[in-house]
Amino acid sequence: MIETLLDPFHYAFFVKGVVVATLAGGLCGLIGVYITLRGMSYIGHGLSHAIFGGFAASSLIAVNYYIGAGLWGLASALAINSVTRRRRIGADAAIGVITTASFAIGVALLSVFGTKGPSFDAALFGSIIGVTEADVWILAAISLFTAAVVFFNYRTLLFVTFDPEVADVSGVRVARADALLMLVLSLAILATLTVIGVTLVAATLVIPAVVARMLTNRFATMLLLSTLIGAACGLVGMNLSYHLDVPSGTTIVLTGAAVFTLVLTVTRSRGLQRAARLSHGH
Amino acid sequence: MSNHERGAELIRLTAVDFGYTGTPILTGVDLALHANDFVGVVGPSGSGKTTLLRLLLGTVRPDHGTITRRPRVAVGYVPQLETVNWNFPVTVAECVLMARKQRGLPWPSRADRADIADVLDRLGIGHLARRQIRELSGGQQQRMFIARALLRRPRLLLMDEPTSGVDVNSRHDMLHLLSQLNAEGVAILITTHDLNGVASHLPRLVAVHRRIVAEGPPREVMTSAVLEATFGAPMEILEHLGMPVVLDTRRPHMSIAERRAS
Repeated sequence: MIETLLDPFHYAFFVKGVVVATLAGGLCGLIGVYITLRGMSYIGHGLSHAIFGGFAASSLIAVNYYIGAGLWGLASALAINSVTRRRRIGADAAIGVITTASFAIGVALLSVFGTKGPSFDAALFGSIIGVTEADVWILAAISLFTAAVVFFNYRTLLFVTFDPEVADVSGVRVARADALLMLVLSLAILATLTVIGVTLVAATLVIPAVVARMLTNRFATMLLLSTLIGAACGLVGMNLSYHLDVPSGTTIVLTGAAVFTLVLTVTRSRGLQRAARLSHGH
Repeated sequence: MSNHERGAELIRLTAVDFGYTGTPILTGVDLALHANDFVGVVGPSGSGKTTLLRLLLGTVRPDHGTITRRPRVAVGYVPQLETVNWNFPVTVAECVLMARKQRGLPWPSRADRADIADVLDRLGIGHLARRQIRELSGGQQQRMFIARALLRRPRLLLMDEPTSGVDVNSRHDMLHLLSQLNAEGVAILITTHDLNGVASHLPRLVAVHRRIVAEGPPREVMTSAVLEATFGAPMEILEHLGMPVVLDTRRPHMSIAERRAS
């Protein structure tokens, strides 16, 4: 039994995959807290699709994936955030328009010109085959950067997420804080995309945060729990991916969904009430 | 009250017009707030009360006219309870701490903790510091936000409908608390549509309906003519213990056809 479980760790590609999945799960869990509490759960889904457009474009013009897709994703995130804050149209509509158009551009470019980077399927559903040592280091650097951003801007990000209008009046630079959050969100999705996949990355942002919310009433504890739950789902999901021969993104998300169901059952109505009102008032 | 008694001028709006996406909300607004003021802004829903607050706060800019602020005047703001996500996972102490800028580490310093304990005790909610914000009553939630505003030591406190959603006792306590703060040197401006429960108890009123309809002590503002111009309905004014009491003389049971006929 133990031998079977440890068997995949003999392969370097799997070890890299596990490290990336665990880091990516924790990273998305951490940022997911802010995203879900802002009522922008759908942004992860939208942004991953938007970054797919950048992925296709950077592949086509032979620009480094992280630079090309990263800039594309950040521009999309800032556009969504700007439209949402102005409240002329809702966040869901802004995400729907900007990101699906970007995704469509990506599909069109790949259909016409093909790809020189990761395969189309790997980008959509995630794969550990193509994970390089450079990917591991880049993800580790992005994780450290994000942790530092959250640590040193803890009160600012909390204030802006809880009550942006009062934060603005109190001298907090709300636009700067929003941009910072969108930057780390774009970076996290960018670094996670190849392992989890475009179609499933949103779940890694939302599920750990929702589960954590069901377990605590304290913001700092929610950040910690969501990060740990995300990392654990990445670790377990990646192992399941190997043993079940199913794409890694799928097993990571299904692990998260199983944890959600378990916690929901244990906490029953109390947890459900907290999670259901993540971004609503009374 | 003369301008001298009202103290130094903190902020002045001169001939201010403002509208969202071209639709005018407020026009020709002239208003000054002074250091000793305790002002109530009255008007019906949609009359521009909250927009006036936003102009004073500086979160929106006038289309025309000027706003002059005294330099280095700290402003505290207490939002409407209805606009807050009460299920947000923060405790009372964490919420109050948001007002204190983080310097280095995210957790509160010893000085931060002492200041938070002081301000919460002063507002009578020190024992609730570790409670999640949803567990508080409406009056306690208002006090928590006042505590957050006071942590910045404001010279001017702006509050949007601070007595809506609270019971009669809490409303009375709230007015008493605000009077105390005002006596300690904090200028206060609140919006309200509660004429008898709140407005008539304040030293100074501003009636708003897309413009400043009237300004002055309750006796001058709470008149039939001013209130009809402000609320668009006839109102009768009585006097009780020296304070004006407003009676809404419309018949609520009257059908639409009867109202049209009348």
